[in-house]
Amino acid sequence: MILRDSENSGTFKDVWVLAEFAGGKVHKVTYELLGAAKKLSDKLLRKKSRVVCLVLGEGAGTKAEKFFHYCADVVITVDDSSLKTFNDTVYASVISRLVKKYKPEILISGATSRGRSIMPRVAVLVETGLTADCTGLNIEEGTGLLLQTRPAYGGNIIATIKCEHHRPQMSTVRQGVFKAPVPDNSGTGEVIEEIVLEAEKKTRISVIEESFGEDKGINLSDADIIVTGGRGVKGPKGFDMIAELAQALKGAVGASRAAVDSGWISYTHQVGQTGRTVQPKIYIACGVSGQIQHLTGMQSSGFIIAINKDAEAPIMKLADVAVVGDLFEVIPEIIKLLKSG
Amino acid sequence: MKIVVCVKQVPGTTNVSIDPETKRLIREGVEIVMNPFDAYALEEGVLLCEKHGGEVIALSMGPKHAELTLREALAYGADRVILLNDRALGGSDTFATSYTLSQAIRKIGDVDLVICGKQAIDGDTAQVGPGIAAHLGWPQAAYVSGLIKSDDSGLTVERMHEAGNDTCVIKLPAVLTVLKDINTPRMPALKRRLSSGKAEIPVWSASFIKADTAKTGLNGSPTRVVTTRKPAARDKHTIVLNGNAAGSASKLVKILRSRIKL
Ligand SMILES: Cc1cc2nc3c(=O)[nH]c(=O)nc-3n(C[C@H](O)[C@H](O)[C@H](O)COP(=O)(O)OP(=O)(O)OC[C@H]3O[C@@H](n4cnc5c(N)ncnc54)[C@H](O)[C@@H]3O)c2cc1C
Ligand SMILES: Nc1ncnc2c1ncn2[C@@H]1O[C@H](COP(=O)(O)O)[C@@H](O)[C@H]1O
Repeated sequence: MILRDSENSGTFKDVWVLAEFAGGKVHKVTYELLGAAKKLSDKLLRKKSRVVCLVLGEGAGTKAEKFFHYCADVVITVDDSSLKTFNDTVYASVISRLVKKYKPEILISGATSRGRSIMPRVAVLVETGLTADCTGLNIEEGTGLLLQTRPAYGGNIIATIKCEHHRPQMSTVRQGVFKAPVPDNSGTGEVIEEIVLEAEKKTRISVIEESFGEDKGINLSDADIIVTGGRGVKGPKGFDMIAELAQALKGAVGASRAAVDSGWISYTHQVGQTGRTVQPKIYIACGVSGQIQHLTGMQSSGFIIAINKDAEAPIMKLADVAVVGDLFEVIPEIIKLLKSG
Repeated sequence: MKIVVCVKQVPGTTNVSIDPETKRLIREGVEIVMNPFDAYALEEGVLLCEKHGGEVIALSMGPKHAELTLREALAYGADRVILLNDRALGGSDTFATSYTLSQAIRKIGDVDLVICGKQAIDGDTAQVGPGIAAHLGWPQAAYVSGLIKSDDSGLTVERMHEAGNDTCVIKLPAVLTVLKDINTPRMPALKRRLSSGKAEIPVWSASFIKADTAKTGLNGSPTRVVTTRKPAARDKHTIVLNGNAAGSASKLVKILRSRIKL
């Protein structure tokens, strides 16, 4: 929606957060974003902005209460069986209609694969801009505009982006950027019930099967600790050892592309430019050389440990702790120590 | 099947620098390649056409030298290519880019399927594919990791998300964005390589695709980059452990225990 004059900019207010569910559970990025939305709305002084949580899904009607404990002033629920599975087309049609109806100033979602597939569709349907995969949001003093900060070029450039003349200002936001607020169990607010229109249910795509966590263990984007194996792990058996270390640390298993391409482990585990971008508290790279395409996927991790035979490997320069040695000797020792408590 | 594959030319490295004065990326001396994800999109298009017949059209919007990327697409198996190049298209964000590409797809006509890469490695947005789908009013499947079944009426695909996979049935026309594990792109045959070097590259203008220039280029882009900077260098010195395995392991475990509860 284009702002044609400053007068009609006043009709846009409120900060909306699109709630995300995974396997029926609230995705934790939702709480983080509600906390961020609260801060943003406090800064939108002249607008008396509220934090609005948008909850779509079958059974959404019963899920409103919880979001009031995490800063939401209003929860809009759309509870319909057509939203049981994640059908981008239906979701985007409903959301864009509600956006046109209520005119939020800002709309944010998690930069998850779902958020990043639904939000570009919504942005086009309502004719506004969208900034992908943000790692910072703020309100510019004076203009009250949303400043959206994001990495590009695999994290080698940090750009700040504005959407001046279109509303809502939309972004997808990376998980772990904002802290989830401490829940306030006394929080309450207004619930607005909306529906899915018949016309919106007619789509040419149907999701026939959904699976969650078929890959056992903790998934990469949620993990505080990731243990990654590269070509130095030498084969699937080596990954059993990597998995054992990850398990001892309650972490997840990552892999370099070389390991994935060799067929030692599935692509779901790949970290890097053509895999996932991760930001755990601790990243342990075992037998990974640290080519730029790998580094772009993990260099913003909190603390980096590298285990490599080659003291000169690029990963060793990036690392906080560089263990020079044979991973087949070092890792069993680590596991032994961890298990002995 | 008439399949359009969107290919973008990108710098061959993500290790780019910014000109301190103009605040723009330094493009000189940076090798230009086809966005790596787009090679998988192209291969999938070629595979589908080998099975069902039809043609693969590689489509790119960009400066004149994006021709090189389209020649690469021809070498990798595209039947024909189109370059969208016009002054009115410069400075496009993902809204304007997806609008412009969707207008070209309308102009091509009777397209059954559009395949994009998951994301371009320069902007890393992953927004253009779903944007095209929205502009055309077509269904989309993003982050597709496998094609399970295909016939002229539709596709069964597997989409990847953080915690697992979905299987979807999608009727054509539709838009897919694909991940690298969907296939293994073939090496181009020498003959194709040679002929692609000589091929004529058709260039289409904004008016030819009936693009509304209020929605293209810098003017038609809702978002603006206001500043760019290099990320702060990691502030640390590396602790090197290079003793025997048992010694290193015990020091490392101490460090781990000091940072997390185990
Ligand atoms: C377009 C493009 C996209 C790419 N995307 C990605 C991506 O998303 N993710 C990614 O990871 N890569 C990606 N790559 C590939 C990347 O360039 C590297 O090839 C890859 O990361 C190398 O993986 P590696 O470090 O496991 O293997 P290598 O580079 O072979 O390194 C193996 C390391 O293991 C060490 N080692 C060997 N044996 C032992 C031992 N017993 N004990 C300890 N150390 C040992 C060696 O010293 C070496 O440093 C991409 C490449 C391109 C061109
Ligand atoms: N200028 C462009 N020309 C052709 N295709 C593009 C262009 N920009 C993006 N794409 C396509 O959209 C995908 C996602 O790009 P992006 O949204 O920029 O990350 C790419 O992999 C391409 O398939």
